[in-house]
Amino acid sequence: MKIKKQSSLSSKYWLMILVLFCLFLLGVERFLGGGEMLRFIGNYTVVPMQKGISYVGRYLSDLSDNFDTLEEVRGEKDALQAKVDELTIENTRLRQEQYELDRLRELYKLDENYSDYDKIGAHVIANNGSNWFSDFTIDKGSNDGVKVNCNVLAGSGLVGIVTEVAPDYAKVRSLIDDASNVSGMVLSTSDTCMIRGDLKLISDGRLRFEKLQNNDNVIEVGEQVVTSHVSDRFVQGLFIGYISEIEVDSNNLTRSGYITPAVDFSKLQEVLVITATKEDLTGGKED
Amino acid sequence: MKRRITILLIIVTAFLVQSTILPGLQFASVGPNLLVIVTASFGFMRGRKEGMAVGFTAGLFFDLFWGTSLGFHMLLFSVIGYMNGSFQKLYYDEDIKLPLVLIGSSEFFYGVATCFFIYVLKGDFDFLNHLVHIIIPELVYTILATLILYQIILHVNKRLEAEEQRSASKFV
Repeated sequence: MKIKKQSSLSSKYWLMILVLFCLFLLGVERFLGGGEMLRFIGNYTVVPMQKGISYVGRYLSDLSDNFDTLEEVRGEKDALQAKVDELTIENTRLRQEQYELDRLRELYKLDENYSDYDKIGAHVIANNGSNWFSDFTIDKGSNDGVKVNCNVLAGSGLVGIVTEVAPDYAKVRSLIDDASNVSGMVLSTSDTCMIRGDLKLISDGRLRFEKLQNNDNVIEVGEQVVTSHVSDRFVQGLFIGYISEIEVDSNNLTRSGYITPAVDFSKLQEVLVITATKEDLTGGKED
Repeated sequence: MKRRITILLIIVTAFLVQSTILPGLQFASVGPNLLVIVTASFGFMRGRKEGMAVGFTAGLFFDLFWGTSLGFHMLLFSVIGYMNGSFQKLYYDEDIKLPLVLIGSSEFFYGVATCFFIYVLKGDFDFLNHLVHIIIPELVYTILATLILYQIILHVNKRLEAEEQRSASKFV
């Protein structure tokens, strides 16, 4: 025997009500800022569970690292030692240049230094479950000083920008997301370009750049690209990646091509968030 | 009441698995869509209204944590639940073919609708590329995941229905 609760409305009307409700939500989102309240609830219900799962995942991967063979660890040690030597030499050279830079800066009375941003570390606790977007959730939120438009780094390179903040979590949009746009700058020539994420390139983990002026500056494959000084959301001088392909557009005025990012977006675990946004950094100066 | 809590638990678990564990198991940066499986299954197993309710809840999670604007996936998943509910009369437990076809077409519908409303309306007309690189791989992967997840949902639903029948006959 099957008992069914008969509600007075037939399913057709329910569908219509839900459709209208959703369309209404989509319509008023501009004015209400969509789901702040619900995200606040999510902050204390769903996100702790995601944190738990990702903690267990980290623990297990640590555990499996313990079973690396001695040979592997030795090989890694040699490689790291070589890297340390290389970096020590480079560091000495850079330090000499730093002294020179400091002296010259003093001469110019330039006291601002962009290289020291305050950063906090965060774990990636969840990725976007849909294949159409490329963003992830980190376990730090407004309680830790993360704000919307904070820049996010992993290792040495830029990863993305914070788009949503709740008390204990934040959503970060990756550079490779289709909606991502960054104003970049070729390090050697200071020419600016636009770096766009592209859905087609997500699986290769590459980025496309456009609108690089086709001037006399020779730009070759392998040049470094950083965030530019004209961007209003990204602080200056964050490393993005290396140019892997470049060609002159058919209009002969601009160049475009592809960039290999410095970060492997498929294996993000820990990231660094720069707590000061570009607005904070520039706002005080302009006043 | 028990049914509602159980279904909510299934949705939350599917959501958590899809966002935390599955990204580690992706091929070519494409993963399966478990929420579509849950929505479609409850649609053809339990009818239009329950399909719609499950789709609405799943869409809410989708929009809050992964989407760009609140409402879009809620609408899409409600419609998926409703359409699957229309096939309730054709459905019976032992058959795996109908669920596979229905879940497959729901997933395809989801892919094409997302592509159209989010990318084509933005001026990105490269539909064929999205079809080959995202919609089709996601469809294949989702059908593979269906083989496992559908059995679990079927089992849970059978248990719930048996219990509801018991408690209903007690009072008659």
